[in-house]
Amino acid sequence: MAWVNAIIQGVLVGGLYALFACGLSLMFGVMKVVNLAHGDLAVVAGYLAIGIIAVINIPVLWSFVIVVPLMALLGYVLQRTILQGALDRSVLTTLMVTFGLSVVIENGLLQFFTANSRAIGTGLALVTGSFTLGSQIQIGYLPVVIFVVAVVVLLGLQYFLSRSKYGRLIRAVADDKEAAQLAGADYRHVFGIAAAIAFGTVALAGIAYGMYSQLSPTTGTDTILLFAFAAVVIGGLGSLWGTLLGGVVLGVAQQIGAQISISDEVLAGFIVFLAVLVLRPQGLISRGAQS
Amino acid sequence: MSLATKTTARPAEGFRVTRGRRNVAWTGLVALIVVVVLALFPYIVYSGTTAILVQAFIVLTLASMWNLLAGYAGLVSVGQQVFVGLGAYFVLIVAINGTSPFAALPVAVIGCGVAALPLWWLVSRLRSGYFAIATWVLAATVMLIIEKFSSIGGGTGMPLPGFAGMDPALLTAYTYWAGLAVTVVALATIYLLLRGRLGLVLTAVRDDEVAARSSGARVGLARMLVFVVAGAGCGAAGAVLAISQLQVQPAAVFSVQWTAEMAFATIIGGLGTIEGPIIGTAVFMVLQQTLASYNAWYLIILGLVAIFVALFARRGLWGLVDERINVRLFPVGYWLRVDEARPRRLARPRRG
Repeated sequence: MAWVNAIIQGVLVGGLYALFACGLSLMFGVMKVVNLAHGDLAVVAGYLAIGIIAVINIPVLWSFVIVVPLMALLGYVLQRTILQGALDRSVLTTLMVTFGLSVVIENGLLQFFTANSRAIGTGLALVTGSFTLGSQIQIGYLPVVIFVVAVVVLLGLQYFLSRSKYGRLIRAVADDKEAAQLAGADYRHVFGIAAAIAFGTVALAGIAYGMYSQLSPTTGTDTILLFAFAAVVIGGLGSLWGTLLGGVVLGVAQQIGAQISISDEVLAGFIVFLAVLVLRPQGLISRGAQS
Repeated sequence: MSLATKTTARPAEGFRVTRGRRNVAWTGLVALIVVVVLALFPYIVYSGTTAILVQAFIVLTLASMWNLLAGYAGLVSVGQQVFVGLGAYFVLIVAINGTSPFAALPVAVIGCGVAALPLWWLVSRLRSGYFAIATWVLAATVMLIIEKFSSIGGGTGMPLPGFAGMDPALLTAYTYWAGLAVTVVALATIYLLLRGRLGLVLTAVRDDEVAARSSGARVGLARMLVFVVAGAGCGAAGAVLAISQLQVQPAAVFSVQWTAEMAFATIIGGLGTIEGPIIGTAVFMVLQQTLASYNAWYLIILGLVAIFVALFARRGLWGLVDERINVRLFPVGYWLRVDEARPRRLARPRRG
């Protein structure tokens, strides 16, 4: 029963990993930018939420309404300024700049908010409660809610990219930005929108992670960025469903590893990632659909 | 090489192809003098100064290796800390078995070079940005695996044995010489590699990868060689780190901070020149020493400067110097010189 429980918990946390991963995947798919500061931005969102809740004393759920659009706006501005500037130079420059951002953000958080871990206290019955399945499996409401939100966001993103007018525009720019430019699309603006979506999803995921677990300045790289990346590679580059599958596989691998020995949780996930890299480098679902 | 011989064999056409604008012998002589003077430092300065210089040697070796990766081979690795950590652990393992940690230096170099092969096999499946994060994941994975062995300290690490009863002054001096030797060998290796066939292949790939491949350049092999050399070099720096710290802690030696330091020093100094990391390391050390009492601020400032330089002064500080006085301390490219009555420069030197 402990194993069934581990698998269920793994699937649920996998949804959160997929939510982290989809922004990374989207920015790579559209702009060919691998944002090494991706995880740190999630931590920034989480800390912003903690700060806002503490200062203006609003219900927890309102922090999403404030922080997610704020981070999306930051994404647009950052893309139109620094990231576009780096892109105009070379892909190498985008890596150096985002790595620089990552180190600056992480050490900035360390400097101003110390290395202490913080959780987003919710105080909601929905969050702290749980229900039991059978006699031994206990499932918290929060992981279920997060999983459902992640699936809904991924579905929405998939629908937006494949069906909506603006999604078509993003795909066109991702395919060939010069051709899209000739057809009258301002690709820089489209890049900005894509970055805004990516930052919005990572902010959502960051706050959710702060409720589910704890955030510290180093969580952004040693947990979020690496797990998100592993989910992308396991699932297959450029497929949102692959990313969800990748997140779930990573989550299940970690939970099974934790069952073997509590210290093996992270290692088990990375070993599955390496196995996929060796045996099926194109990922479990190879490039097909979107982004 | 063939280019130089062919063109210089036809002096009637009125031009020569040379390595440097001036005779490079004097730069070699100056380099030799600098190394000899540095080698005498333990006799003339306080041990506090040599300790700082050992740090500088570590950063310079790391930065030069990162420059070889990113500046010449186009491989942005953010997981080079894996080799720093492995190098430190090779020293620890050799020392536990009763051999002098200094004798472990070559073991660390060879061990890290060999370890780089399977790691390359894994990460070379991914390109550019995904390659970067994959190296990071590998570094985290290797650290987690090493932490499982309690005989080498497990998750907390352990002090480095083998120095019991050694005169502290002598230990400081030996550590300093080890650091100096590693740096000199690292720089010489990079210089000679880039002057040779590898440098030519890498330059061709940087200019046009498809054209280079179709001309028969073995691009994959060249990149692998660079990854192995950089792995061995970072391993050597990690070995010196372990000796200078007298302890090995997994979280400290496998910290991504090492990659941040080597990358920032390289970018600020100038990517794609051998001189760049030297200047970058000098800037790094000055900032780090000045801001030593302000915790992480030196990394924040270095990061901001590196972002600025990457965006607005892509050739770094050395690039600014080079624009003015146009010299190469370590010429790896060629100059085209015209033998006229009034000699004038025809072409700018190839970067590199």
